[in-house]
Amino acid sequence: MSEVGAAESLLALSQQEEVEDLPKDYALSPSEDEVDIDGERNHQKLLEAISSLDGKNRWKLAERSEASLKVSEFSVTSEGSGEKLVLSDLLGPVKTSSSLAVVKKQLNRVKSKKTVELPLNKEEVERIHREVAFNKTSQALSKWDPIVLKNRQAEQLVFPLKKEQSAFAPIEHVLSGWKARTPLEQEVFNLLHKNKQPVTDPLLTPVEKASLKAMSLEEAKMRRAELQRARALQSYYEARARREKKIKSKKYHKVLKKGKARKALKDFEKLRKVNPTAALEELEKIEKARMMERMSLKHQNSGKWAKSKAIMAKYDLEARQAMQEQLARNKELTQKLQVASNSEEEEEGVEEEGDLVPDAVNEIQMDADGPNPWMLRNHSRGTKEAKGQDPEQLPEPVAHEASESEEEEDRPGAEEETLLNEFEERRSLRRKSGLNQDAEPVSRQEPKDSSSQEVLSELRALAQKLNKEKNQSGKQNMSSTRTVPVVQREGPLKAEEEPLLLQRPERAHTVQELEELAKEGCFQNEEVPRPSREGQQTERNPNTQAGVPKEKKRKEQMIDLQNLLTTKSPSVKSLAIPTTVEELEDEEERDQKQMIKEAFAGDDVIRDFLKEKREAVEASKPKDVDLTLPGWGEWGGMGLKPSAKKRRRFLIKTPEGPPRKDKNLPNVIINEKRNVHAAAHQVRVLPYPFTHHQQFERTIQTPIGSTWNTQRAFQKLTMPKVVTKPGHIIKPIKAEDVGYRSSSRSDLSVVQRNPKQLSLRHKKQLKKNSV
Amino acid sequence: MKVKMLSRNPDNYVRETKLDLQRVPRNYDPTLHPFEVPREYVRALNATKLERVFAKPFLASLDGHRDGVNCMAKHPKSLATVLSGACDGEVRIWNLTKRKCIRTIQAHEGFVRGICTRFCGTSFFTVGDDKTVKQWKMDGPGYGEEEEPLHTILGKTVYTGIDHHWKEAVFATCGQQVDIWDEQRTSPICSMTWGFDSISSVKFNPIETFLLGSCASDRNIVLYDMRQATPLKKVILDMRTNTICWNPMEAFVFTAANEDYNLYTFDMRALDTPVMVHMDHVSAVLDVDYSPTGKEFVSASFDKSIRIFPVDKSRSREVYHTKRMQHVICVKWTSDSKYIMCGSDEMNIRLWKANASEKLGVLTSREKAAKDYNQKLKEKFQHHPHIKRIARHRHLPKSIYSQIQEQRIMKEARRRKEVNRLKHSKPGSVAIVSEKKKHVVAVVK
Repeated sequence: MSEVGAAESLLALSQQEEVEDLPKDYALSPSEDEVDIDGERNHQKLLEAISSLDGKNRWKLAERSEASLKVSEFSVTSEGSGEKLVLSDLLGPVKTSSSLAVVKKQLNRVKSKKTVELPLNKEEVERIHREVAFNKTSQALSKWDPIVLKNRQAEQLVFPLKKEQSAFAPIEHVLSGWKARTPLEQEVFNLLHKNKQPVTDPLLTPVEKASLKAMSLEEAKMRRAELQRARALQSYYEARARREKKIKSKKYHKVLKKGKARKALKDFEKLRKVNPTAALEELEKIEKARMMERMSLKHQNSGKWAKSKAIMAKYDLEARQAMQEQLARNKELTQKLQVASNSEEEEEGVEEEGDLVPDAVNEIQMDADGPNPWMLRNHSRGTKEAKGQDPEQLPEPVAHEASESEEEEDRPGAEEETLLNEFEERRSLRRKSGLNQDAEPVSRQEPKDSSSQEVLSELRALAQKLNKEKNQSGKQNMSSTRTVPVVQREGPLKAEEEPLLLQRPERAHTVQELEELAKEGCFQNEEVPRPSREGQQTERNPNTQAGVPKEKKRKEQMIDLQNLLTTKSPSVKSLAIPTTVEELEDEEERDQKQMIKEAFAGDDVIRDFLKEKREAVEASKPKDVDLTLPGWGEWGGMGLKPSAKKRRRFLIKTPEGPPRKDKNLPNVIINEKRNVHAAAHQVRVLPYPFTHHQQFERTIQTPIGSTWNTQRAFQKLTMPKVVTKPGHIIKPIKAEDVGYRSSSRSDLSVVQRNPKQLSLRHKKQLKKNSV
Repeated sequence: MKVKMLSRNPDNYVRETKLDLQRVPRNYDPTLHPFEVPREYVRALNATKLERVFAKPFLASLDGHRDGVNCMAKHPKSLATVLSGACDGEVRIWNLTKRKCIRTIQAHEGFVRGICTRFCGTSFFTVGDDKTVKQWKMDGPGYGEEEEPLHTILGKTVYTGIDHHWKEAVFATCGQQVDIWDEQRTSPICSMTWGFDSISSVKFNPIETFLLGSCASDRNIVLYDMRQATPLKKVILDMRTNTICWNPMEAFVFTAANEDYNLYTFDMRALDTPVMVHMDHVSAVLDVDYSPTGKEFVSASFDKSIRIFPVDKSRSREVYHTKRMQHVICVKWTSDSKYIMCGSDEMNIRLWKANASEKLGVLTSREKAAKDYNQKLKEKFQHHPHIKRIARHRHLPKSIYSQIQEQRIMKEARRRKEVNRLKHSKPGSVAIVSEKKKHVVAVVK
C-alpha cells in the first residue's frame, strides 16, 4: 500500500501547486485594496448596504467592550482567533456572485482531495522503476514468440538466414535501356516498330485492336457459339471414332461391315427409284470395283497366308473353313451385279456356284463329317444327311426341306424341327448299335466310343448352325430343345447307378438322399414323354463321367441341410436340460438358470476358449517340411501323384519342441511368440515425442531410403534439419530479417538523454502497477 | 491399335562422365524390395558404427601463450581470425587456416580479464587487472611504429569483463558495477548497480541489443536495460554463475554456466523456473557459448572437458577432452557453426570440429545424399537399444568417469532420501520440488 501512498502524495504535490497559484490568477476587485482613510466610512456604508441586500446581517459589527492596545483598522476582533479557517468560510461570500463560479468550482475540487504524503524512499522508487522497465521489455520481447516458435518447429532451417535478394527489373526498364546494335537486331527492331508491336502489357497491335472493335457483339457471340458447337461435335465424333477403333472384337467389325454393306445396298435401291441416272453411276462404280477385284489376286487363295492354310487344310478344320470363307468372299466380290434380280434368286445363284470350290477341299469335306460351311444351305445339308443315314430315314428330311423352301419366314422354326428329327434319328441309330453291343460284349468299349464321337460331331454341327442363325428367338428355342435330350439321358443314368452305390459301404448313409434324387430325376423325365426310354435303360453302359459331378453337387446340398439341422440343435438342448434336473433344484433357481441358459444359448464361452487354445497350440507347433518333387524320378504326365513311399522319404519331421507352458493349465493360453533374441533389438519403452505405440511403429515402418522411394521423395525425407554453408558467417537474427521494424532510435542516444527522472508516462504506468 | 513401347531417352541414362556409375531405372514396387525395416535397421546400425569410427574431432592446438588462456574473442568479419588473452597480460591474434599466431601484444599487467571485438572488426578492446580499458587496432602497427593502444581508459576499480554493443559504438564493462561507455568518452555514460558484489561478466543481447545480462559473485544473474538505464530483474541461484550467453536466434533465451556443475537455460521473461537444466559436467562450468544457429551450445568446465548440449536436451550430446588439456577456461563456437575453440590452463588453444565425425571439405552431391540419409537413419532408429548404446558410447578420462559414478551415487542417495521423507511424513506436509525449481533460490524484482 505504500506504493499507493507514494502515488497519491506525488499527485497531491502537483495539486498543491495549483492551489498556491490560485489567488494570483483570480485577483479580487480593487475596492478591497483601498487604504484611504477618507474612503473608509464610505466603504463601511457600502458594506452595510451590501449585507442588508440579502436580508440578514451576517457580519456583526465589532463592539469595543474593553481597552486594548491594538485596534485593528478593519475593526477585526480577536474573537475566534484560535479557530481554524475553513475553506467553506471563504466560499460563503462568493456564493451569490456568478462571476466567481469558476473559482468556486476549483476550490470545490481542491476540497475533495487529500493532503500530500511523504515521498517514497529511494529503494522503493527504484524497485518500481525496475518493475515497469521489466514489464515493458517483456512485452517488447514477446514479439519474437511467433518467430522462435516457427524456427523451433521448422522442418529445415537454412543458415545464414539473410538471403541475397536478386533484384527484378521490370521489362520496361530493361527494354528502355537496351539498344539494337547488330544489323540483325536493328532489322528486327524496325519490323517491330513498323507493326507498332507493343513491347509491354497490352499485347495487341493497333490493327488487332481495330479488328476486334469492328465486329459487333451479337455477331461475335453467334460466331463463337457456332464455333463452339462445331468444336463440340468434332470432339464428340473423334471420341466416338477412337472408341470404335479400339474395339478388338472381330465379330463386331464383321457385323459392322455387313451392316454397312446392307445400308449401301438399301441406299442404292432408293437411289435407283428416285434418281436412276445417279444410280447408274453408282452401279458403274460398283462394277468398277468388281473389275478391280477380278484383276487383283485378292481373296483367291493365292496369298502367303492362304497357301499356308491350304497345307493345313487337310488336317485342320478351321483352316479349311477360313479358306472357304475367303473363296466365298471372292465370289461375292467378283459377282456381277444383277440389278433386276431379287434376293432369293441371288442366293440360289450363290448356292449353285458352290461347286466352284477346289476339288481337294471338297473331297476332304466329304470324308470327314465335320461342320461344312457349304451345308449352310438347305439343299446341301439334305444331301449330306441322305448320304450318312439309312435309306428309310431319307424321305422325312427331304419333306422338311421342301417345306422350308416354301416359306422363308418360318425358316428358323422349321430348321429347329429338322434338327430335332436328326437328333432322334441319331439316337435310334445308336440304340441299334447299343443292342449290337449287347450281343457282343467283348468289343463293348469301341462302339461306345464311336457312338459318343458321333454325338459329339453332331453337336458340333449343331453349334455351327446355331452360330449361323441370325434370328435370336430361333436360337433360344434351339437351346431349350438341346437341353431336353441331355436331361433325358441323365435321368436313366442315375437310376442305373443306384444299385452300384448301394453296394458301397462308405456311401451307405447317402442312400436315402440318392433315392430321393432318383425320384426327382424320374419326375423330370416323366415330364418329357419319350418313346425310347426302355431301350436306354436296358443299356448297361452307364456314362459315369457325366453322372459323378452331378452326384457330388447333390451331396453338397445334403450337407447343407445337415448344417441347418445342427444350428438348430443347441436351442433344443437348452430346453431339454432343465427337465432332467427339475427335481433336485428349487423352482427359482431353476428358472434363473434356464433364463440364463436361454439368453446365452448361442455362445458357448468355454467351447470357444478351448477351440482358441487348440488353434494356438496348433499354430505354435513346428510344421513338417515336405520336400517331395512330383515327377522327379518317375514318369511324367497328367494327374501325377508322388507315391506314398516317396513322400515319406522326403518328409522332414521337425523335432518336437519343449512342452508348452500352459500344457497343464486348462484355463490359460500363454503366448510363447516372444523371441528373446529379437527382443534385444526392440525398443522397450515408447520414446518421448510419441504418444501411442502405433505412431512409433508407423514411423519405423515407413522406409526412407532410395531403395523404396523415388528420388524426389528420398530427398524430401532425408532433408537435414539445419543447413549451414561452410565459410559463411551466420549473424544473429535481426528484426529486419523476419519482417519486423527495428527501432530506429539508437540505444546510445537514449542512454545519453539519461531520463533518470520519471516521465509522465512512467508515472501513469506506476499508477497502473500500484493498482 | 496403339502399341506401347519402352522408350529410353538418352538423357535419362547417359552418364555425365565416363567414370560415373550407370543409372539403373528402378521399380519401386514394395513387393520387389522386401524387408524394409530390417534392412534400414542394419543400415542405421552401420551408420552409427561408422560415425563412431570416424569421430575424430580434434583438429589443431594453437600454442604460443606463456600463461593460461583467460579469454577469447571471435572476429566479427573474418572466420580465420581469433583473439586470445592470457593470464600474463598478453594478447595474441591467431590465423586459424595457417594455425599460426600473427600478432602478439603485451596488453596489460596482470590478467587480461576480458576481450571483445568491435562490431565492424576494425578494433578490439581489452580489460585487465591493471584497472585499464584499452582499445587496439585490429591491424598491426606499421614498420617502425610502436605497438600502442588507440585509447586507454584508467578506471578506479578492477574491470573483470567487457562486451561490445552489436550495432553501435558502445561497450559495457563490469567490475563493481556495470558501466556503459561511449567509445569517444573517458567516463561511462551510465553505470548501473544493484547490490555490492563484484560482477564477473557482462553480455549484450545480440538481437535486442539494448539488453544486457551480468552475473555477480553473490550468486545472482542481473538483467539490465540500457535504454532505460535500469536493471530489470535479478535471479539468485544456488551457487555462483560464472558467465552467461544469449541465444543468437531467440531474443529472450540465455544460458548460465554455474559453479554447481550445471547449466541453466532461462527465458528472461520467466526467471523463476529455468527452461532446462543441463547437467553432465562433473565440475564447475566456466564458460558457455552458443552455436550461431542457436540450436546448441558448448560449455567449458573445470573438469578438463568441454561438452556440447542441444538447447532442448538436458544431457550433452558430445564430450571432448584430451590427455593434455587442463581446466578449460574459455570456449567459443565459430561463426560458421562448424568449429569450436577452447582455451585452457595449460596455455593452449584447441580447435575442434563441432560434429565429431563430419567430413571436412567440399562434398559431392552423392556424398551429401549419403550423409543426409545416414543422419536420418540414425535419428529414426536412435531409440533402438543397440544403436543407442553405440551412439552414446564415449571414452572418458578415468577422473571424469569415476566422478560421474560418484555423483550418480550421491544423487541417487539424495533422491532416495527425498522419497523416503515424502513417504513417511504426513501427506501434504512435504512439498515435491521439481528439479528445475530446486536450483533457483529467489527472483528479485
